[in-house]
Amino acid sequence: MSIWDYANPKKFIATTTPLVPWFFGLAGVSLVVGLIWGFFFTPDDFRQGSTVKIIYLHVPSALMAINAWLMMLVASLIWLIRRHHVSALAAKAAAPVGIAMTLIALFTGAIWGEPMWGTWWAWDPRLTSFLILFLFYLGYVALWQAISDPDTAADLTSILCMVGSVFALLSRYAVNFWNQGLHQGASLSLDKEENVADVFYQPLLLCIAGFVLLFLALVLLRTRTEIGRRRIRALEMRARRQEVRA
Amino acid sequence: MMPDLGDYAGAVLSAYAVSIVLLAAIVVLSVVQARSVRRRLDDVEDRDNG
Amino acid sequence: MIALIARDLRLAIRAGGGFGLGLAFFLIVIVLVPFGVGPEALQLREIAPGILWVAALLSALLSLDRIFALDYEDGSLQLLATAPLPLESVSLAKAVSHWITAGLPLVIAGPALGFLLNLAPAAYPWLILSLLIGTPALSLIGTFGAALTVGLRRGGLLLSLLVLPLYVPTLIFGAEVARRGGEGLAVQGPLLLLAGVTMGTVALMPFAAAMVLKVNLR
Repeated sequence: MSIWDYANPKKFIATTTPLVPWFFGLAGVSLVVGLIWGFFFTPDDFRQGSTVKIIYLHVPSALMAINAWLMMLVASLIWLIRRHHVSALAAKAAAPVGIAMTLIALFTGAIWGEPMWGTWWAWDPRLTSFLILFLFYLGYVALWQAISDPDTAADLTSILCMVGSVFALLSRYAVNFWNQGLHQGASLSLDKEENVADVFYQPLLLCIAGFVLLFLALVLLRTRTEIGRRRIRALEMRARRQEVRA
Repeated sequence: MMPDLGDYAGAVLSAYAVSIVLLAAIVVLSVVQARSVRRRLDDVEDRDNG
Repeated sequence: MIALIARDLRLAIRAGGGFGLGLAFFLIVIVLVPFGVGPEALQLREIAPGILWVAALLSALLSLDRIFALDYEDGSLQLLATAPLPLESVSLAKAVSHWITAGLPLVIAGPALGFLLNLAPAAYPWLILSLLIGTPALSLIGTFGAALTVGLRRGGLLLSLLVLPLYVPTLIFGAEVARRGGEGLAVQGPLLLLAGVTMGTVALMPFAAAMVLKVNLR
């Protein structure tokens, strides 16, 4: 029994279908508990006032926006190296979720930035690289939609994802160089000094867990949808061939 | 028991609203697509067997 | 490979337009900018390096879809793929000929258009140098983008959506060199980084483009 057994679409569906509702349920519980805890039962920050409550949405979504792309990169590499269709479809399934996460991070950031920095948008390195990440997501999705042959589409988008990752990283450092930012440093780090205070930390962890679980649930569900689409296509093509022969 | 959000009530509430709407949108979209694809797949498979 | 470059150059010259169109586009964008932002000389001087770079980038973009499209339509790309020359070299040759027809004219015309935008005198050598170093990266990245979209009927718009985000590092470093040069600041940092980006694309993009071409020619 190895992990590659799940590359079989039937096996993948059989294993993940019962898991999806659990993931959705757990994601819902941790999000509801985490957000209510954060919203109602944490104190205001002495400098930022009540806007600190936005952290419970902003940090997890920003985290997932990047992790979704990383997951797509890993899945693309698996597809290019081992040619497992489920892997390519999982990458395709993750992209719209990544877009949603990026949008949440950008919007909550803008709403947070307005009272704190006095501006909705600043060409700060972190903000700018998120906007660029958003463009990469758009290009990736657009390329999937433009190509009709599924295997060609999987190959091309995988290569785009690889090349895009290199350039996204490069852009991240390029924009650092280009403008010093307003954005504070990392909210979560192994260095205790830099970390956010404990009162905010615990509900934040719960919200992150919720976002991760929600991401997993959505990707599994959407991957199943993509497998279904692929199967419909295959069956319809077979039916058409039989009609032609008859 | 609404907490006192002070001057920033609008910002905090709109951030929550935007996020929840976007999360709900992607969840609903995924579920609707999953349903419709499954229904179409059932149709096609029926035709295939029948 | 040299024969391939020579052939592409001959085709570009015979078809006309190859050199001229991109340059004319470059000129028009530069002429439009003052209409948009107003004619104040100081303001124009401040934004000139950035505008010149953005305009150069857009006009390089304009001719990308022709890199492979004609060869794909008449089947010579298939022939090239079965030729003993590896596809990596084909991609590199295509990038080189795109650079000679679209990039090099920009390097030459850039300073001339700098006058229109009242570019700071100290910025001219740096503008030329940064365009000279940076535009090859634009052609190489563009070749990859053109290879990605070669089989698509309406690939042009998609091509720009795919390629423009990849141009970000080149644009940032290139415009930074010209801007710092104009203000008399040290340019070594961005210049080296710009060269690094170009070197990296020379090393990697032909391989990525060849991979993509193989998929599209299956």
